[in-house]
Amino acid sequence: MTASIATNQTILVVGGGIAGMTAALEAAECGKQVILAEKTPTLGGRTSLLYRYFPKMCHPTCGLEINLKRIRGNPNVRVMTMTEVAAVSGSRGDYSVTLKIRPRYVNENCTACGDCGKAVAAEVPNVANYGLDKTKAAYLPHGMAYPQRYVIDPSIVGTPEGEKAKAACKVGAVDLGMQEETVELKVGSVVWATGWRPYDANKIQPYGYDRYANVITSLEFERLADPRGPTGGKLLRPGDGKEAKNIAFIQCAGSRDENHLRHCSRICCMATLKQTQYVREALGDEGKSTVYYIDIRAIDRFEDFYQNVQKDPTVSFVKSKVARIAENDQNGNPVLHGVDTEGYQRYATEHDLVVLAVGMEPEVTGVKLPDDILLDSSNFIEGSKSGGMFGAGSAASPLDVNRAVQSATAASLKAIQVIHKTAATEAAI
Amino acid sequence: MNAPATPKYAAYVCSGCGIGDVLDVKSLEKIALKEGKMAVAKSHEFLCNAEGVQMIRDDIANDGVTHICIAACSRRAKAEAFQFPDVAMSRANLREGVIWVVAEGSDHDEVRQEMAEDYIRMGCAEVKKMKSPAGKVKEASSKTILVVGGGMSGMTAALAAADAGYAVVLVEKTGALGGFAARLHKRVPFSGAYAEPQKVGAGETAAQVQANPKIKVYLNSTVTETAGAPGRFAVKIAAESGSITEETCGAIVQATGFSTYPLDKLPELGGGQPNVVDQAGLEALAKQANGGAILRADGKEVKSVVFVQCAGQRDDTGMHLPYCSGHCCGTSIKQAMYFKDQNPDIDTVVMYQDLRVPGMGEDFYRSAQQKGVIFTKGKASKVTGGDECQVEFADLILDEVTSTTADLVVLATGQVPNAGVNLDEWTATVTAAESGDAAAAEKKSELQKISVLNLNYRQGPDVPQFKYGFADSHFICFPYETRRTGIYAAGPTRRPMDLFQATEDATGAALKAIQAVENVEKGRAAHPRAGDLSFPSARLEGCTQCKRCTVECPFGAIDEDEKRFPVFNEERCRRCGTCMGACPVRVISFENYSCDTVGMQVKAVNVPDEFEEKPRILILACENDAYPALDMAGLQRMSYSAFVRVIPVRCLGSVNTIWITDALNSGYDGVMMMGCKRGDDYQCHFVKGSEMAFYRMSKIGDTLKQLGLEPERVQTEEVAITDNARVVRMINDYVAELDKLGPSPMKGFG
Repeated sequence: MTASIATNQTILVVGGGIAGMTAALEAAECGKQVILAEKTPTLGGRTSLLYRYFPKMCHPTCGLEINLKRIRGNPNVRVMTMTEVAAVSGSRGDYSVTLKIRPRYVNENCTACGDCGKAVAAEVPNVANYGLDKTKAAYLPHGMAYPQRYVIDPSIVGTPEGEKAKAACKVGAVDLGMQEETVELKVGSVVWATGWRPYDANKIQPYGYDRYANVITSLEFERLADPRGPTGGKLLRPGDGKEAKNIAFIQCAGSRDENHLRHCSRICCMATLKQTQYVREALGDEGKSTVYYIDIRAIDRFEDFYQNVQKDPTVSFVKSKVARIAENDQNGNPVLHGVDTEGYQRYATEHDLVVLAVGMEPEVTGVKLPDDILLDSSNFIEGSKSGGMFGAGSAASPLDVNRAVQSATAASLKAIQVIHKTAATEAAI
Repeated sequence: MNAPATPKYAAYVCSGCGIGDVLDVKSLEKIALKEGKMAVAKSHEFLCNAEGVQMIRDDIANDGVTHICIAACSRRAKAEAFQFPDVAMSRANLREGVIWVVAEGSDHDEVRQEMAEDYIRMGCAEVKKMKSPAGKVKEASSKTILVVGGGMSGMTAALAAADAGYAVVLVEKTGALGGFAARLHKRVPFSGAYAEPQKVGAGETAAQVQANPKIKVYLNSTVTETAGAPGRFAVKIAAESGSITEETCGAIVQATGFSTYPLDKLPELGGGQPNVVDQAGLEALAKQANGGAILRADGKEVKSVVFVQCAGQRDDTGMHLPYCSGHCCGTSIKQAMYFKDQNPDIDTVVMYQDLRVPGMGEDFYRSAQQKGVIFTKGKASKVTGGDECQVEFADLILDEVTSTTADLVVLATGQVPNAGVNLDEWTATVTAAESGDAAAAEKKSELQKISVLNLNYRQGPDVPQFKYGFADSHFICFPYETRRTGIYAAGPTRRPMDLFQATEDATGAALKAIQAVENVEKGRAAHPRAGDLSFPSARLEGCTQCKRCTVECPFGAIDEDEKRFPVFNEERCRRCGTCMGACPVRVISFENYSCDTVGMQVKAVNVPDEFEEKPRILILACENDAYPALDMAGLQRMSYSAFVRVIPVRCLGSVNTIWITDALNSGYDGVMMMGCKRGDDYQCHFVKGSEMAFYRMSKIGDTLKQLGLEPERVQTEEVAITDNARVVRMINDYVAELDKLGPSPMKGFG
C-alpha cells in the first residue's frame, strides 16, 4: 500500500467489526474509496464470537457471509488487518494518518491449508473463546476469518516452534522476519468504529468474579453455549466441569452504577433473555434460569421476545440488584444474597452457575483517539470538533447489531458529505 | 465494449494445497480438453499466486481466451486473486469440495478422482453456457431522491441527501414541515450532560429545508401514484388544491411517521375523561405554559401529576398494542422535568413497569431523580378522570393494590405507524374484487385511500409491512432492506423509535437511497447481490402467460403488459432468479446463470450404471448459507460421501424443476436441496426464495410416482452456515437412506 492510493477523497474506517464493515461497504457501494483498518488479524469483531443474535436467534455467520461477499467483490474497499491508527492530524476533509501494521508473520501466499498449525505444538489462549481454551500458536482466528490467512503468534517467533511452522509451509507464506510497518496516508474523513469491550468483572468486588470459579461473564457463557465453543455447546461450569442446570443471570453487573459504569449498555437484558433460551436449547425442561434485574429493557420491537421468554416456565425473574455473592465451599455453588424488591423479602439463593451480564464500554486497547474527537462522560464518541470524523456503532453508543448497522450507515453518509464538500471546494478553486 | 470475440475456453487446474498429492491432475487436464471441450487446459502448482494469475491473464490478453474454468479452491476462497472481470469464469471446487471432504487414504483414491473428474466436467459445462454480463448503463437515470413525509425523519433525510449533493423532492401532507416534533415543547437530550430537556429546533430545521436550493418542498400534498423503478420513478404529487405535478426520482425514502394510539381506546385508563391526557396532550399544555405554571384544560394549575407508562402497549390481551414504543419512558421523564423545573413542589410520579432508558439515557433518569421525580413500579388497572383524578394500581414494590390521586394524569400511549396499506389485506381484497365481490371492490377503494406511496406495482400499492404494521426489514444485519428495491423506510414508520434514532435512521436511509441511484445508473444490483451486473431476460415467444414469475417474485419486480406478458423491471430486480425457478417453460435466464448453466452441469456428471454400486447424489446448495456450510465442513476436514455432486445456486427459489427432472432422468439416485431458513423468522436473503422451493417440492410427489421413483429421492433441507457437523450427518444419512432404497431405476435410460 502506498500513500498515493489514498487521497482526501478516501474515507478511513477504523475497526472491522459489524459497524466498521458496514460503514466501509455502504460508502464503497456508493463509489467511494475506503480503507478499512482492523487491529486484529480478522474482520468480524465481537459479533462473530456470538452464538446467536436476538431476537431471531439467527447466527452471526449469515450476515457476515453476505458482508464478506460484498467486501470480496468490491475493489473500492482496501482491507488492512493487524493495523492500528498511530496518529491523525489535519482537519476536516484533509487528514494525515499514520497507520501501524503489526506483523502477522504470514504473507499473501497463505492458502489456509493448515499445515503450519498441524506442525506446531505450542499453544496460546484462544481469543475467539474469550480465553476459555487454547489454540495452536499458528492458527486461523476462526472459521469465517477474513482474510482467510493464518497468524503466527509472536511468542513462537525466534523459537524452534516458529521454524516448524515455516518448514511446514509449502507455499512460502511464513515470513518470520516480518517487521512492523508504518504507512502514511491522506484521507478526507474518518469513521471510528472501534467497538466495545466488556466491563472488567474483576472490578465488581461483591460478585467475586476473581475469586469464584463458577461466576462467569455473559461473554464467556456465550462461548459455553456455542457448539463451536470450548465445551462443544455443553453448559459445563469452569469450577469442576459439572453441567450447570440452575443458572442465575445478574443484570446490570457493573452498569447503571455510580461505582462502575454509569450508563446502561442497552443489550444486556436482551442478551440474557436470549441466553435463557440457550439454557432451554441445552437442557429443555431440566434447565432453570433466574434473572435478577432492575428493569427489563426489551425495548420497542424486542418486547415480543420478552413476552415469549416470560411464558417459559423454566425462566423466572427477580427484581433485585444482587448485593453480594458468596460460595458454598462444599460444592462450589455460588450463593446470591440480596433483597427481592417486589415484596421486600431477603434471599440467599444457591445456583450452579452465575452469569454476570456485564456492560459495554468503549474499546480503548490499541485505540488512540485524536484530540479532535469529542467524547461523552462514558467515553463514547459524539463526533469531532472540526466535523470531519464520526463515531459509529458501539464506539458511539452501546448498541445491538441492528442499531449498530443503522449507526454505521448514517456515519457513512456523514463521511461522504465531508469528501463531497472537499471535492466541490477544490472544483470551485 | 468491443465486438464479441469468438469464444475460446480454457481450464486451469491447481495442484497446490495438496490437490496434486491425492489427485491425478494430468488426467483432469485431459478430461477438461476431451470431455469438457476446452481449447486449452493447463495446470500450475500454485495457481493463486502472482505467477499463476499472470499465466491466466496472459492467455486472456494474448491468446484470445474468453471463458475460463478454474479448478482449485472454493469460489469463496482467493476471490481477490482470481479476479478476471472481462471473461466468464466458473470455479470447480477441488479443495473444500473434494480433497478436504473425501476420506483420506488410498482406499478412497478411485472415488476421489471420480469426484474431481466430475467437477471438472461440470465446471467446463457451466462456463460454456456463461456470458460475462456487461450491465445495462442507463442513459437518463434520475438521481433525485423523493422523501415522503416532512417530519423530523423526512426533513433529516432530505437535508442529508442535499448535503451530499443530491436533489431532493419532499412531499408533506399537512401545511407545515415538522411533523410530531413540531408539537413538542422540548426534547430529550441527544448528547452532552444528558441532564436537561433541550430545545427541539424543528422550526429551524424546517427553515433550513425550505431554504435549501436542492430541496423542492410540496406542502399539503400526497403521492397519488408511483410508477416505474429505481432510477426512473414517475411520481404524481397531488396538492390539496387539486393540481397534480409529476416528478421523476431515482429512489424513495418513506418517512411517513406515526400517529398516537387513540385515547378513546383506553376508557379503562381514563381516556376521553377530563384531565387525562396523552403525551402529545401534555406537550400542548407545556407549550402553552411556555415555562410558566402548566395549566390543565379547565385552567387549574397542576400541582400533582401521575404519568402512567405502557398505556395501551406491551399488551398481551390482544386489545391494544403488543409492542413497546421505545421513546415513552424518556419522554415521560422529560415531561416530569417540565413540572419540576417550573416548581419543585409539584408532586410528580412516574408509574412504570420497566423503566426503559438505555445507553446514556441513564444519566437523564438520574437527573430526574435528583429533581425529585418519584418513580414507582406499578401497573395501573383503572384511571378515573375528573376534578381529582384517581389512579388504581398494583404497587409492585410494596406488593399491594392501592390508589392515588392527581390533578392530571398523563398516559404514555404508543406509536402507530403510518405505513399505508397492508399487502396481505390488499391481495385478498383485490382477488375477491376481481371475482365480482362488490363489497371487496369498495374495500379496495377504501384501502387505496390510505396508501402512502400508491405504487402501481402488480403486487400492491405500498411496501410490505413486517410486524404490527411497521415498514421494516426482517434482517438484523440489514435494517434498511425492504422488499421493494430503491424504497427505504426511515423513522417510526419503520420501527418504534425516539427522536434521536429517527434522525440517525433517516441519515442511514438517505445513504441507501443515494447508493441506489448511483448503482442503478450503472446497471448494478442492490443488496444482497450488490454490484451484480447480470439481469433476467425472457424469451417471450415461449411464454405461456402463466404469471408464476410475476406472482412469485419476492420484490414485485415484474409487472404485466396489456397482452399479459411479464414486464421485467431490471432496476427493481435483486437477481435472485426466483422467476427463473418458477417458469415452467424455462424462458427466463441470466447471462451467467440459467437453466443451462446448471442443467448442463447436471448432465455433465458421469453416472455409473447400477452394477458399479457408485450412486450419484445431486445437492443444489444455496450459495448464501448451504454452500458456505459445506465449505466449512471441508475446512474442518469432516468427511462426507464421495458420491455427492454439489452445485451452488443463487437461491433455492431459483431452482427450476427441470434440473431435478434432468437429474432423475439421468439416473441420479437422489436430489437434495439445501437452503436458508423459511417461515416467520426467515433467514432467506431473498425473503421468499427458500419458501418457494419447499412449496414447489411439495407438489412433485405425483411426478415422482409417475416416474416410478420413491418420494424420498428428492428432499429439501434448511441449513445455516454453522451447521457444518449437521450438514455432513445430513448428507451421510441421506446417502444411507438412498442405499436402502436401492439404485435409481432410471439408470441407463438417460
